[in-house]
Amino acid sequence: MLRDRIEKELMKAVRILPPDCEALIRKAYEREENVYARKVLSHIIENIRIAGEGRLPLCQDCGMFYCYVTLAENCRIPLSVLENEINLGCAGAAQKAFYRRSVVDDPVYDRNNTGTNLPVIINWERGRGDETEIAFLLKGFGSENCSSVRMIRPTDGEDGVVSAVLDMVRAAGGKPCPPMFLGVGVGGTMDKAAILSKKALIRKADEHNKDERYMRLEERLLSEVNGLGIGAGGLGGNNTCLSVAIETYPTHIAGLPVALSVNCWVDRKAFISIRDEEVL
Amino acid sequence: MRLELPYGKNALENMRAGDEVIISGRMYVGRDQVHKRLVTCLDNPPFPFEGNAVYYMGPSPAPDGYVTGAAGPTTSARMDPYSPLLLEAGLRVMIGKGPRSAAVQEACIRFHGVYLYTYGGCGALYASCIKSSRIIAYRELGPEALLELEVEDFPSICLYDAHGGRLI
Repeated sequence: MLRDRIEKELMKAVRILPPDCEALIRKAYEREENVYARKVLSHIIENIRIAGEGRLPLCQDCGMFYCYVTLAENCRIPLSVLENEINLGCAGAAQKAFYRRSVVDDPVYDRNNTGTNLPVIINWERGRGDETEIAFLLKGFGSENCSSVRMIRPTDGEDGVVSAVLDMVRAAGGKPCPPMFLGVGVGGTMDKAAILSKKALIRKADEHNKDERYMRLEERLLSEVNGLGIGAGGLGGNNTCLSVAIETYPTHIAGLPVALSVNCWVDRKAFISIRDEEVL
Repeated sequence: MRLELPYGKNALENMRAGDEVIISGRMYVGRDQVHKRLVTCLDNPPFPFEGNAVYYMGPSPAPDGYVTGAAGPTTSARMDPYSPLLLEAGLRVMIGKGPRSAAVQEACIRFHGVYLYTYGGCGALYASCIKSSRIIAYRELGPEALLELEVEDFPSICLYDAHGGRLI
């Protein structure tokens, strides 16, 4: 069953980092020279070990379930069935893997805990492939509180994008538990850019944008963000950010939306693929 | 240096920004909603501010056989609007992650408070330093309830000391 597979992957995701993310953290530790940042990174590596060996989550903020579904061109599973499987899989993982219940029903007035970590935030996209891909982020809010959108001028170009991202990261400072992972959404409307920034964040940390110009922009942003000197834990050094991913979309002649989704070093993700109604 | 909690007279005076501070003893845990409530009962708080420390944290549930779930710090900046009032009422030790506002830094100088940085995201590591955990108030807040912890060898770094020194 799809729900069982989702549950299993999310029980693992809350305790064990994707190998690409852990590798980036270890590499950062090896090259870091700032004495305080080295302490931060060595405690992070120790935390990864403790969570991996026991039953405790990596972080007490087990996040809000964020799901991005890319439907196969020929997907015959009704969306209502997929949605139900996703909800049940998430609820099961929260229960069995001791997730903190961090979701409240009404944002302003009641703020009563739903007790299940539901609802799941789900985005649907029609893909062109023959596999339906279901990707999850466990989106912590220390970092999400630092995510933001800027509507810059259409004539601002690459430098404008860089300056908007640097502004938002500077404002975040040490708050989102750096070294961070950044997803940047460029184009569309304000809300489309925000969703693109999450889609970018979900991409595997070692995958780059296929357009060479944006791939170079990802590298430029990574280097300039690391030049800010915020550093691991916000205590200085060269490891403010471990990866930058950009996703783009057509936009209006009058605008250039730039959205930034910030993730902490606990970059928890899970991926499940389905082909011809079979979970791969 | 080592810090035993509750701290005694002059215990904070030797601490300097940049010191690695290893904490043992009793600490209190409260975050957003607890702070919102504490500032309404400064004359009669659920635990004495003097001698004690507040850790900004909300744990995940404890698996069977564990004293607590993951128990790392949350972002201190969200407590910034409340902390100067608590410092004025006698609190001197705050433990969390991330930078603080200018108002909190000034209140630390004025009331000789210290702010200790704990390693963000390290929930499993901090859980392993906690020997006991119990709810002492506001149970209805669920993961945000006010807790009393006994900790041992709980690692931190002094970011702001009681003499106006700052690491960042």
